[in-house]
Amino acid sequence: MHRYLPHTEADEKLMLESIGAQSIDDLFNDIPENLRLNRKLDLPEPMSEMELVSHMKDLSTANKSIDELVCFLGAGAYDHYIPSIVKHLAMRSEFYTAYTPYQPEISQGTLQAIFEYQTMICNLTGMDVSNASMYDGATACVEAAMMAVESTRRDSVVVSSTVHPEVREVLKSYMKFRDVKVIEVDMADGVTDWEKLKALMGKDIAGVIIQNPNFFGIIEDLTDIEKIVHENKSLLISYVDPISLGIIKSPSEYGADIVIGEGQSLGNSLNYGGPYLGFLATTSKLMRKMPGRIVGQSNDVDGKRAFVLTLQAREQHIRRYKATSNICSNQGLNALIAAIYMITMGKKGLREVAVQSTQKAHYALEQLTKTGKFKPLFNKPFFKEFAITGSVESKKVNSELLKHNILGGYELEKDYPELKNSLLLCVTEKRTKKQIDKLAEVMEVI
Amino acid sequence: MKDYNKLIFEISKEGRIAYSLPPCDVDEKELNTLIPDSFLRSEDVDLPEVSEVDVVRHFTNISNKNYGVDTGFYPLGSCTMKYNPKINEDMANLSGFSNLHPYQPEDTVQGALELMYHLDQMLSEITGMERVSLQPAAGAHGELAGLMIIKAYHESRGDNKRNKIIVPDSAHGTNPASAAVAGFEIIEIESDKNGAVDLDKLKEVLNDEIAGLMLTNPSTLGLFEKNIKEIADLVHEAGGLLYYDGANTNAIMGIARPGDMGFDVIHLNLHKTFSTPHGGGGPGSGPIGVRKDLVKFLPVPVVEKQGDKYVLDYDRPESIGKIKSFYGHFGVAIKAYSYILSMGAEGLKKVSEKAVLNANYVMNKLKDHYYLPIDQVCKHEFVLGGLINKENNISTLDVAKRLLDYGYHPPTVYFPLIVSEAIMIEPTETESKETLDGFIDTMIKIAQEADENPELLKSAPHNTPVRRIDEAKAARNLILKWEKNK
Ligand SMILES: Cc1ncc(COP(=O)(O)O)c(C=O)c1O
Repeated sequence: MHRYLPHTEADEKLMLESIGAQSIDDLFNDIPENLRLNRKLDLPEPMSEMELVSHMKDLSTANKSIDELVCFLGAGAYDHYIPSIVKHLAMRSEFYTAYTPYQPEISQGTLQAIFEYQTMICNLTGMDVSNASMYDGATACVEAAMMAVESTRRDSVVVSSTVHPEVREVLKSYMKFRDVKVIEVDMADGVTDWEKLKALMGKDIAGVIIQNPNFFGIIEDLTDIEKIVHENKSLLISYVDPISLGIIKSPSEYGADIVIGEGQSLGNSLNYGGPYLGFLATTSKLMRKMPGRIVGQSNDVDGKRAFVLTLQAREQHIRRYKATSNICSNQGLNALIAAIYMITMGKKGLREVAVQSTQKAHYALEQLTKTGKFKPLFNKPFFKEFAITGSVESKKVNSELLKHNILGGYELEKDYPELKNSLLLCVTEKRTKKQIDKLAEVMEVI
Repeated sequence: MKDYNKLIFEISKEGRIAYSLPPCDVDEKELNTLIPDSFLRSEDVDLPEVSEVDVVRHFTNISNKNYGVDTGFYPLGSCTMKYNPKINEDMANLSGFSNLHPYQPEDTVQGALELMYHLDQMLSEITGMERVSLQPAAGAHGELAGLMIIKAYHESRGDNKRNKIIVPDSAHGTNPASAAVAGFEIIEIESDKNGAVDLDKLKEVLNDEIAGLMLTNPSTLGLFEKNIKEIADLVHEAGGLLYYDGANTNAIMGIARPGDMGFDVIHLNLHKTFSTPHGGGGPGSGPIGVRKDLVKFLPVPVVEKQGDKYVLDYDRPESIGKIKSFYGHFGVAIKAYSYILSMGAEGLKKVSEKAVLNANYVMNKLKDHYYLPIDQVCKHEFVLGGLINKENNISTLDVAKRLLDYGYHPPTVYFPLIVSEAIMIEPTETESKETLDGFIDTMIKIAQEADENPELLKSAPHNTPVRRIDEAKAARNLILKWEKNK
């Protein structure tokens, strides 16, 4: 017997009799003999719960988590505080052991939570509609680019080189298979070079992807870019950090047509990179080109308000190869977590997280550049991340910091070979003045 | 409880809060001296203002309107809604896993990399493939990555005209949709009367423009594709590759392996076969496995072992590239890894044996009451074609809705498309004979009700939190978010 398998020998005997089979093997007679494995799989011996826990603790303690390290690393995955209730509520098994709400009468919990999630994503971004989630920020960006290609019937997209390097890479991997050209536009002093962008625009450009705050944490001025993009009848795709929207203008205010981003920072643990969630919101005009699931409000036969999956005629189970996307399972639980987080922080809390992150990041830059050993790489307004540069190799800085149990910044040279000795640091509301002072102190003597 | 019908926005009251943060301990400056006013929003985001108790009660109450595997029997065919072991959640929540930043130096994440490396090895052994990548986020994402690999393979051989993928008409919608996203043209072939691949039809479409064939085995009808070797030979002779949709792996673990059947590229659904919860729609995890000569095409990074150190290898010039941020759904992979360690080789084989036993038991008990289009031994699931007695015009949807009244999650309905009025039942191995007997009795009772009191079914469900929903209205009069005064 195994703890997850309830069949007793007597049960099995009765069931086989009822089927009219002699043995379990009879039920596998349809598998040709030459295809049978006929040996035991080569796997470790099964573990009891106690053995498993001890094995997994050994593995997990072979890592150094940000519980032990003071984290100044961001670059697309952020160490914001997660209130206790977020996990408690998301881990209610009525939520996490259900699947896609195809039977709405017994899935109102999931459906309502997603409806609330969609509402809050719309309120954050200022857009008309949001879907129920994408795999992550990078794949959401791909889907947005495809929406632009499909709705403009053009075959190129422009992406700023200030967009997260991994997002650009994922975009390129996908577009290669769709014969869609991805054109990168250079940066000037850490922001998208709008003059170069202007020179690139033409009848082939479906959309322009700008990250804001960008990969370097800089808030881009999109006034000119928006004009350039829309005068060319292309779509403006804005990739945003949802926490920044606590204080920064919503993308709809600067004319974005599609807003996407990585939603991890909304209450999701870092989890060594996943699962996170991508969000995608757009205008009513582009709604029918949206990928993924969407929850709508209706009523039941008694007139009671009820929620249901809607606009399904875009999806793979109906449209098959003509669907707007191939996505089926999405990031439902991560979207639920994001919803609980946004509600818990609420109007005031989201603002305060954003304000404290801004204040602390600016304090950190001041402390780190005080003596001139390090200087800011760019001189532009930023949110919670900033790049600094000095005479020491970034790798060396990070390994020294690690000796003091500090997780240092992202080494920019990896993706931008010209940016030598440069680190991208992130400061969230979780960092204290003492931790920041310590960072500055250690870095001063490297 | 059942009557709780508020949206969070409707209980919001100005001034309430549910969070706490320490005071800002650095010197605070005027915000607009740090960020110019032109970038700042003029009003706070319209988010709810509620207390902590409000949030807790709200989500507890709405969760009570949900049905999960922990609530009861969930025989949703093709989705493998087995029990999700609690210990796996605890393991994934260990701080040494859940609090790792994806860009930490490799030296500080050796345990995580070791886990990924071992999971790759174990999944490779279970499926008979050379290597497995944990990158894809879900089944459909795995399909897409696998198809990209198929294209890369042909192109690496200078074989550039293979732009078509064959998909049987019994396939899941993601198969053709993924092929389209990967830039292929789709050739759909009709299945034979047993829902299997029709060899003659396959031969007709095979030529030097075919990149590959996508298949699941057991098929979406829950039947083992006996001619799989022949199919594989035909596809290979024509220069194509064979892709395995792993949605149905729960039937064959420790018994037969896709690698041995001739599949070249596969995906698995950790959220089906390997017990990770479905999360109300996700996250899933869809690792892909490949045969030896295709390893070089796997997405980057690949976890490698160098001496006694684990590393993330990005230096793979023939790779299809990056298909997702970071390294896949690590948090989900931990749960699948814990599951495999809890089961061991014998346990996994028992899983498949009991899954098949359960499906055959239920099928045999129901076939006198519901139409069984193909009466032969099934694997982990089977497909019925609605009620036998069609006189009262009771549809599969009516049967499904009536099941809700009896406290069951209905099976998958109207899929696969090749069976009309399809009811696809997958009990899974974690269900006891008592649970199955209860479900069988209920299904038979519903068949009787259909004869005696059809109205009861047509107007079902009767005792769920909400009753049948006007889906047409939802699509016509779109309300996709809550708005004040609306
Ligand atoms: C047969 C089959 N193939 C593919 C998929 C897609 O998997 P996912 O939802 O994980 O993307 C499913 C999922 O329901 C399926 O049943």
